[in-house]
Amino acid sequence: MSSAPVRFGVVVFPGSNCDADAYHAVSTFPDAGVQYLWHKDTDLKDVQAVILPGGFSYGDYLRCGAIARFSPIMQSVIDFAEGGGLVMGICNGFQTLVEAGLLPGALIRNTGLKFVCRYVNLRVETTDTPFTGACEPGELLRIVVKHNDGNYTVDPETLAHMKADDQIVLRYADAAGERVEGANPNGALDDIAGVCNAARNVFGMMPHPENSVEAGLAGGADGRRLFQSLIDSVLRTAEVTS
Amino acid sequence: MNRRATLEAAIKLGLTADEYAHICKIQGGEPTYVELAIYSLMWSEHCSYKHSRPILGRFPTSGPRILQGPGENAGIIDVGDGWAVAMKVESHNHPSAVEPFQGAATGVGGIVRDIFTMGARPCVSMDSLRFGELTEPRQRFLLDGVVGGIAHYGNCLGIPTIGGEIYFEPSYAGNCLVNAMSAGMIRTDNIVRAIASGVGNHVVLIGSKTGRDGIGGASVLASQEFDETLEEKRPSVQVGDPFTEKKLIEACLELIHRHLVVSMQDLGAAGLTSSSSEMSSKGHVGLDIHADRIPLREADMEPWEIMISESQERMLAIVTDEQLADVREVCERWDLDCTVIGEVTDSKMLRIWWHGERVANIPARRLADESPVIRTPSVKPSYIVDEPVAVDDTGYPQPADLGAALTQLLAAPNIASKRWAWEQYDYIVQANTMQIPGSDAAVLRIKDTARGIAFSNDCNGRHCYLDPYRGAKAAVAEAARNLACAGALPVAVTDCLNFGNPEKGEIYWQFEQAVEGIAEACEALGTPVVSGNVSFYNESFGQAIYPTPMIGMLGVYDDVSVHIDDAFKDEGDVIVLLGAEAGWMDGSEYQKIAYGKVEGRVPDVDLQLEVELQHKLRAAIEARLLKSAHDCAEGGLAVALAECCIAGGSTGGAQFADPEAPRSGRHGRWPGADVDLGSAASVAGAAGRPDLALFGEAPTRVIVTVAAELLGPLDEVLGGLPHRVLGRVTGADMRCTMEGEELFTVAVSELHSAYESLPQRLA
Repeated sequence: MSSAPVRFGVVVFPGSNCDADAYHAVSTFPDAGVQYLWHKDTDLKDVQAVILPGGFSYGDYLRCGAIARFSPIMQSVIDFAEGGGLVMGICNGFQTLVEAGLLPGALIRNTGLKFVCRYVNLRVETTDTPFTGACEPGELLRIVVKHNDGNYTVDPETLAHMKADDQIVLRYADAAGERVEGANPNGALDDIAGVCNAARNVFGMMPHPENSVEAGLAGGADGRRLFQSLIDSVLRTAEVTS
Repeated sequence: MNRRATLEAAIKLGLTADEYAHICKIQGGEPTYVELAIYSLMWSEHCSYKHSRPILGRFPTSGPRILQGPGENAGIIDVGDGWAVAMKVESHNHPSAVEPFQGAATGVGGIVRDIFTMGARPCVSMDSLRFGELTEPRQRFLLDGVVGGIAHYGNCLGIPTIGGEIYFEPSYAGNCLVNAMSAGMIRTDNIVRAIASGVGNHVVLIGSKTGRDGIGGASVLASQEFDETLEEKRPSVQVGDPFTEKKLIEACLELIHRHLVVSMQDLGAAGLTSSSSEMSSKGHVGLDIHADRIPLREADMEPWEIMISESQERMLAIVTDEQLADVREVCERWDLDCTVIGEVTDSKMLRIWWHGERVANIPARRLADESPVIRTPSVKPSYIVDEPVAVDDTGYPQPADLGAALTQLLAAPNIASKRWAWEQYDYIVQANTMQIPGSDAAVLRIKDTARGIAFSNDCNGRHCYLDPYRGAKAAVAEAARNLACAGALPVAVTDCLNFGNPEKGEIYWQFEQAVEGIAEACEALGTPVVSGNVSFYNESFGQAIYPTPMIGMLGVYDDVSVHIDDAFKDEGDVIVLLGAEAGWMDGSEYQKIAYGKVEGRVPDVDLQLEVELQHKLRAAIEARLLKSAHDCAEGGLAVALAECCIAGGSTGGAQFADPEAPRSGRHGRWPGADVDLGSAASVAGAAGRPDLALFGEAPTRVIVTVAAELLGPLDEVLGGLPHRVLGRVTGADMRCTMEGEELFTVAVSELHSAYESLPQRLA
């Protein structure tokens, strides 16, 4: 007996440009369904997981994610997250989650001062999240980053709390899984590529797993692990509650 | 409003006395100032092609796959399963020379509008760039600004920039080249053309407000040489807003796909003037434009300024009364201005109104299509020679260390990896990219089909300088060869013809020769020219650039899964050279780098051999016999081999896998090569020198690798095509011998360091 497909929603802000890729990525999973959520709406259409996609919402003209955070849909996303709903922010979506206060820290200009599009190796630092549950601890995911402002930073006190609470989800590493000079594409503090909130239902990452779901393409398929985790997590929750 | 349209005013606007007289004749007396401003733009070289039109007729432009040839915003090619590709390239040289970041950014913005105007969703960008030598700080500034501008605009739009080329030659120092190419996917039954029709229909302006930016861009900037007033021309450069353009793409594609517009045209060079006159001329109708209804950034703009402003991110649509409410709804949803600024009339006149007063009344057809045609008597330049250089020990002493010469070539800016540039571009968005930058061609799949498309662009300006006919022909052949190396079938060309001042006989000769070369090669290769752009006046202080007819080419796959790249994959694979042309010194990168010379006569492509090579190469790839293929271009055979080794380590072949090795400094093994060049005479021509065998350049040569057990089947496919086994893929070192005698052995890690050294030159 197969369960009902997991209902994903992909938010579309003006300037989002990975919304279609996130939509496409989800649709490559037979046990998932997906629809767009328009930034001017407030209805989350009963989705079980929300993706804030990459792009340049509002042109990134003020500060990445700073305007998107005030979209009507975001109040609904915040309410959804506070109620335990699963929210994943990718790149500009991560920046928006940080601006909205759903995740700690900030994303500032890359140390190289240039946009960087590059394959990176991501080390899975914790599998105790709904977003990495299908991964092996320490597993390496080869996924592309592409951003101007992916340099994660946070005050030392918060960082200590995040570490204590196991909120560092992904770190940049080399192909052997070592954190070495050159593996971190943007200067992020502590090589941080992705974090979750203390409640573990909100997750943000700079690299783009939605461009890494098909083995035949240049982006490879390592990103599937994250989407699969999310789907498994929702299905498990559904089993428990039914 | 009280400006007089005198001869003096006309000359200030870039018109000639003859043209002014002709305008007075058409208008039946002295024109209004608005009329004069409109004529000056439409009859500028940039908009009218007055010097190039008579020559461009030489191009083949049609074929069974061609749905739209030149004359529209973009050419359109049928690629199967109901899909077509719209493609075009355009120059933004002068704006970029004046203000590199915004110049390049708006170059991308403009070419992308040409694509979605027709209903196609832009799916790839490529950029061909030319600068002076990197040793000059200004050139580094220009490079940094241009690449940054392309990244800024293209990345924000979510259109992958998957390739391009960058060359550095002194001739471009005062006049860099920025040729932006874009292509998009469109259903064959959903093509929109820029033809106004339906008397009484609304003329709707969508997008940004109109300001004073870019006034006279096409005439002042694009159709004149540079001199000491370069800095003063900065206000003629537009400022781009990719965020608005992104919204425009989504809104316009929705309008087209929902059949909510009769036709559409983007506002590019000459702004509202060119878009309105072209739309009315093509539709044999008139247009009334009420300039006072146009939303402005600056309230005090005069009608002539409004009509010629080149403010970016604006579209003109013809809309019926029934469609108008829906059009407004879509634009409002995307927070875009949408203003009815006029209507279609049966007058066949372009009429401009200003608060009820008619300020211009021009026969649309004569304005758009009857600009003067000028043919400069051509003169063969005196620097052109008919014989190759004599490669003797006086003028060209042989280097003592061939391995060092190879390393030096790999570090030459024209050959070195352009990773520094392309890592600033999002090359993977839209989830179709199969081949990232750095190989011979960009490859994309077409979603929900087995099909794919590939793009290449090529032009060796130095070769075109030494012989524009041969150089241009070779550019077409190379673009096609690059596609064939990836396994794609070349089907169409878009070209960007960059030349000096066409009023000079020698420049005109270069232009005529290059067009002839392109035409012959396109005919032989079956790749009609479907769109393009001519950019003249690329001169500063009277010095012209190398003639640079940039060729952008589209290739297609029935089954894109066959595509291969240039990376050596597995130890023991056999390295085979297809083609047997001997290497030439003339015009080679080796000649420039090792001897500081640019002289001689470049080789002529044997088009028949070229077609045969590409056909058989593709057949071998389609039969899945090959593991890699790479064109031998700048730096000859040795550089091509080195690039295949380096690519094997950088992009992750099966056993050489540490994809991030170059970055982390930790890698297992580099693929190497052990090759024997055979007899010197066969690869170095009469001179018989090993350095020419290694670094000499010639068209129609490709290096492939094949698993040893498939060598027999490969031989069968290649048949009578000249080819021979050079050696094997090994590990770690590149070793070259000639009839068994060692020429050099260099560690590939060392070659890689040289190849990735561009960032050091930019610091």
